[in-house]
Amino acid sequence: MNASPKAAGPTVVRISGPIVTAAGMRSAAMYEVVHVGAAGLVGEVVRIVGDRATIQVYEDTTMLKPGAPVRCTGAPLSVWLGPGLIGNIYDGIQRPLPGIQKRSGAWIQRGEKVDPLDLTKRWTFAPVMRCGDTVRAGQVFGEVQETELVRHRVLIPSQVAGKVKSVAAPGDYTLRDTLAVIETPGGDREITMLQRWPVRESRPIRERWRVSLPLITGQRVIDTFFPMGKGGAGAIPGGFGTGKTITQHQLAKWSDAEIIVFIGCGERGNEMTSVLREFPELKDPRSGRPLMERTILIANTSNMPVAAREVSIYTGITLAEYYRDQGLNVAVFADSTSRWAEALRELAARLEEMPAEEGFPATLATRLAQFYERGGAVTTLAGQPASVTIVGAVSPPGGDFSEPVTQHTRRFIRCFWALDTELANARHYPAIHWLQSYSEYAENVAAWWEKQAPDWSELRTEALTLLQREERLQQVVRLVGPDVLPDSQRLILFIAEILKDGFLAQSAFHEKDTFCAPERQVALLRLILTLYRRGRDLVEAGVPLGRVRELPCVPAVLHAKETFGNDELPLLAELDQRLRDELDALAKQSAREGRQDG
Amino acid sequence: MAELHFSVQDRGLQYVGAARIDGPLVVVERVRDVGFDEVVEILDPEGRPRVGRVLDVSEEQAVIQVLEGTTGLSNESLRARFLGESFRLPVSRQMLGRVFDGLGRPADGGPPPLSADLRDVNGRPINPNARRYPREFIQTGLSAIDGMNALVRGQKLPMFSGNGLPHDRVSAQIVRQACLLEEQTEFSIVFAAMGVKHEVADFFIRNFEDSGALARTMMFLCLADAPSVERLLTPRVALTAAEHLAFDCGQHVLVLLTDMTNYCESLREVGTARGEIPGRKGYPGYLYSDLASIYERAGRIEGSSGSITQVAILTMPADDISHPVPDLTGYITEGQIVLDRELFQRGIYPPIAGLPSLSRLMKDGVGKGFTRDDHPALASQLFAGYAYVKKVRALADVIGEEELNALDKRYLQFGEAFERRFLNQGEYENRSIETTLELGWDVLSMLPRDELHRVSDALVEQHYRTPVAPAADAQTK
Repeated sequence: MNASPKAAGPTVVRISGPIVTAAGMRSAAMYEVVHVGAAGLVGEVVRIVGDRATIQVYEDTTMLKPGAPVRCTGAPLSVWLGPGLIGNIYDGIQRPLPGIQKRSGAWIQRGEKVDPLDLTKRWTFAPVMRCGDTVRAGQVFGEVQETELVRHRVLIPSQVAGKVKSVAAPGDYTLRDTLAVIETPGGDREITMLQRWPVRESRPIRERWRVSLPLITGQRVIDTFFPMGKGGAGAIPGGFGTGKTITQHQLAKWSDAEIIVFIGCGERGNEMTSVLREFPELKDPRSGRPLMERTILIANTSNMPVAAREVSIYTGITLAEYYRDQGLNVAVFADSTSRWAEALRELAARLEEMPAEEGFPATLATRLAQFYERGGAVTTLAGQPASVTIVGAVSPPGGDFSEPVTQHTRRFIRCFWALDTELANARHYPAIHWLQSYSEYAENVAAWWEKQAPDWSELRTEALTLLQREERLQQVVRLVGPDVLPDSQRLILFIAEILKDGFLAQSAFHEKDTFCAPERQVALLRLILTLYRRGRDLVEAGVPLGRVRELPCVPAVLHAKETFGNDELPLLAELDQRLRDELDALAKQSAREGRQDG
Repeated sequence: MAELHFSVQDRGLQYVGAARIDGPLVVVERVRDVGFDEVVEILDPEGRPRVGRVLDVSEEQAVIQVLEGTTGLSNESLRARFLGESFRLPVSRQMLGRVFDGLGRPADGGPPPLSADLRDVNGRPINPNARRYPREFIQTGLSAIDGMNALVRGQKLPMFSGNGLPHDRVSAQIVRQACLLEEQTEFSIVFAAMGVKHEVADFFIRNFEDSGALARTMMFLCLADAPSVERLLTPRVALTAAEHLAFDCGQHVLVLLTDMTNYCESLREVGTARGEIPGRKGYPGYLYSDLASIYERAGRIEGSSGSITQVAILTMPADDISHPVPDLTGYITEGQIVLDRELFQRGIYPPIAGLPSLSRLMKDGVGKGFTRDDHPALASQLFAGYAYVKKVRALADVIGEEELNALDKRYLQFGEAFERRFLNQGEYENRSIETTLELGWDVLSMLPRDELHRVSDALVEQHYRTPVAPAADAQTK
C-alpha cells in the first residue's frame, strides 16, 4: 500500500482544503470521529473506499502534510448532554466559545480542545426514584435546577432498563459522579448526569401528535395571520436586507417555548455577538427572568470552518431533542439553512460528487427533510407531552424563491413567512408579505385562539380578505390613480393602510410594541375592523369617506399599537369605545343632514 | 525581493520540472513533506522567483497556484522550492505611509519594513464570544449615509456601484471626512486595490495626499496589469496589516477594498482552471465562504481598543444587484450603500439610492445618547415617505402628473426636495449630523403633518416646521 513509512497506523495521503484522505483506515466506520495530524484536528469520516477514508475536517488544514498521523476514536460525532448546556455558546462541534476564548484569546486557534460541559461544577441533584423501582430508557430519574427557569430532568439513558439497585442521596454532585446503579439483564449500569448522543441520529420518542397549540411569538403578523404551532416547522425566506435575522431574533426572544436553541449557521459574527450581549439583559415577558436562562446558542459564523457549519445544525437539533425528552417545549431557530446547504454543496464538490440542481448535491432534499422531521409534537418515552418547533431562515440568491433550497424547504414545512424586498425597502418590518405567506397551522390552533376570543377566526379571515381586495384595487390604482374609485373601494384602501401601519408593522426596537400579547393582538385587530365595519355602513349610507377619515380618533387607532402596552388593555378598550361614540355621532349627524337636504 | 519576505531557511529541496501547467496552476509530481497552503517559490527559466501556494497536495503531486502568473514557465525548466510555511506577512506600524504591491512587497522603492513579527495572511476567525458589538457612530459628513444608513465603528459596509458611477469619489470623501463625534481621533487607512486601473489608484493617492492622510495610510496595490491571481492574496495581506494596527497597536483602521468584483473574477479563474464544479455564473460554490473570510475580518474585540471598519467597493456587472458578487456580499456585510445610475444622470451627488441602501448596525449606533433622539424615527419616516414617492412617480408616468391628487403632488415635491436638498451635496461639503437631521426635518415638513405615521406626536411637535417652506417651494416649481 501507499501508506507513508514514517508512521505506523493510518496516515494522511491527500489534503484539499477541509477534505482529507487517509490510508490504513480499513477499520474506520462511517461518520466516525478522527483526529488528524499532530495538532489533532477534529474530523469525521464521510466516505470509505478500500482502506482509504475521506475525512471532512472541522478545522483549518493549513500546513497539514501527507504522512501525518490519523487517530480513530471509534465513536461517531456526539454531543455531551447534561446540566450546564443552558446559557452556553458553542461552535458547530459543541466546543464552548467562552472556554476557547479563555484558552486562546480573541482568535480561535486550531486543535483547541475544551470540554463542552464543566466537569468540576457541582449541581444540586434530587432523585425522584427509589431503590427497587423498575425503570426504562427515557424515564425521569432525578432533577437538577439548571437555571431559575429550567428544571433539568436527568433521564435514564437509551437502552437501559431494569431495577434501581442504589440511588444517590439528594445533594451536590459533579457530572461524572454515579447517581444510581441500575440492574439490567446485561449487568449493572451506572447512571451519571452526563450522557452522550450521536448528532446525526434522532432521539427516540413514544408517539407523534398533530400540532394543536400555537407557539405564541408576540409578533402580530405571525400569531394572528400566519401562526406557528408548537411542534411545527416553518421557514423564513428572504433576500438580504429583508430582516430574516431580526425576525429570527424576535422569535427567539419572545416565543413561549421553554427552551430556545439558536443556531447561527454561517452568518455574521457581529449578529451572534448582539445576541450574546442582548439576551442576558432582556427579560422573559412571562417570568421576568433573563432570556439567556432558557437559551442555548450555537455559533458557527461564516468565516469559521465550513465542515463545522454543516454539522452545527445537527448539534443544535440534538440538544433540542434532549430537552424535549425532559417534557419541555423547545424551539429551534436556524439562521440560515441556505448557508448550511451551501456547506453541503461545498463539501460535495470537494468530494467530487455529481451535482444536481445549481451544484447542490442530489441528497439536498433528503437532508432538509431529515432536519425538519426531527421537529414535532410528541409524547416522550416518559409519557409526557413535549415538542420541538423548527424555524429555518432561508437566504435565496437574489431573493429568488424558485431556487433549490427554498423550493425543497417548502415541501417539508407548513408555515411559510415570505419576506419581501419592497416592504423592507419601505422599512415596513417585519417584512412578511401577507399575500405570499401561509400557515397550514391556522386551523390547528384556531381552537386555542377561540378560547381567548370567540371571533378570532372571523377577524382574521376578514382582515386577510381586506388585504387581498386591496391588492387587486392597487392594480387599478397603479393605472388610473385612486381618485376614480368609489368611496366604498377607497375605504378598503384606507383600512388596508391602517392594517399595514397600525397592525402588521411592528418595531422590534419599540419598548411597548416589541412583544404583543395575544389579547392585545385581538383587541387591536378588532379596533381596526370596527372602524372598517362601521365605516362601510356609513359610506353605504352616503357619508363621504373623507369624514370617516377625519374622525378625531383615527390617528389614535393608527398609533394604538405603540401607545398602549400589554398591561394597558383597559385603555385600549376606552379607545374602542371612543371610536364607537365618534362613529355613532357621525352617523347621527349625517342622518340629520340627510333629512335637512331632503 | 521575495526572499526577504519568506526568510525561512532554504530546505534545499528543489524540484525541477512540472507535470502540467494549466492557466494559473502548476502541478509538480513526486513531492515530499509538502503542506497544504504552503508557499512555493517557482523559478522561471531566467531564475526569477514567483510566489505560489499549494492548493491540493497528495503523496503523488502538489497543485500550485502561481500568484504571479505562469507566463514563460515551461514544464521542463521550471524549478519549485517549497518554503515550509504558509504565506506570512511581516507587520509593523512603520508600514504606514508606504506603498506595497499586492503581495505586500515594497513598491515605492523603499526598503522592506523591519519586523520579526510574521503573520499568517489567512488570519484566524474571531471568536464570536470575544467580539465587542460595534455601536459608535462615525460621522461621514454625507447626509445620505449619516442620516439614513449610518456607519458605525467596526462595521463592514460595502458600496455597490456600477461602471462609470462615482464610487471612487464617494469613498474618497468618506475617507476624508470620517470622524467620531466625541473624540477627534483620526483613522488609519489601509487601502487595497485589486485589478483597478492606474488612474484609479492615482486618484486615491492624490486624495490621501491632499487631505494630509498619506502619512497614516498604507497601500497595497495590485493593479489591472498585475497577474490576476495575485489579487487573491491582496485583501488578505491588507487585512493582516490592518489587524496588526487595530488589535496590537490599538488604532482605529478604515480598510478600503476596491474592487471586489475583480477579486471574485480571479477566484473564478482559478476554480475553472482546477476543473471545479461551478456554482452560479461560473463562480465557485465556495464563493460565499471565501468572501466571508475577508469581510468577517472587521470589527472590535475584547482586550483591544482598536477597530477595523471595512468599506469594500464592488461594481455590479450590468448594474445587477442579484449578480452573485453583490448578492453574496450583501448576505455577509452589515448592509450596503447602493449607487444609483438614474440619480447620477440627474446630477445628484452622491447618487446614493434611497431605498436599497441599508445599514444593519445603524439601529444600535444612532438615537438618544449617540446622535439625537429623533434620528431613528426621522430616518424611518424619510424611508417610508420616499418609498411612497416612488409609487406616486410610477403612477404619474401612467396617468400624468396633472391627474394626481393634491396629496400625491405634495409627495412628488417632497421627493424632489429630498433628492435635491437632502441627498445632494458638494464633494467637499462636510455636514455635521445636526445639519443632516435638520435638513431631514426641513424636507419632511413638506408633507402634511398627519402623513407622518412613523414619528411620535411629541417629535412632530418639536421638529415639524410650519408649512411655509413647502408653499414657497411649490411656487418656485
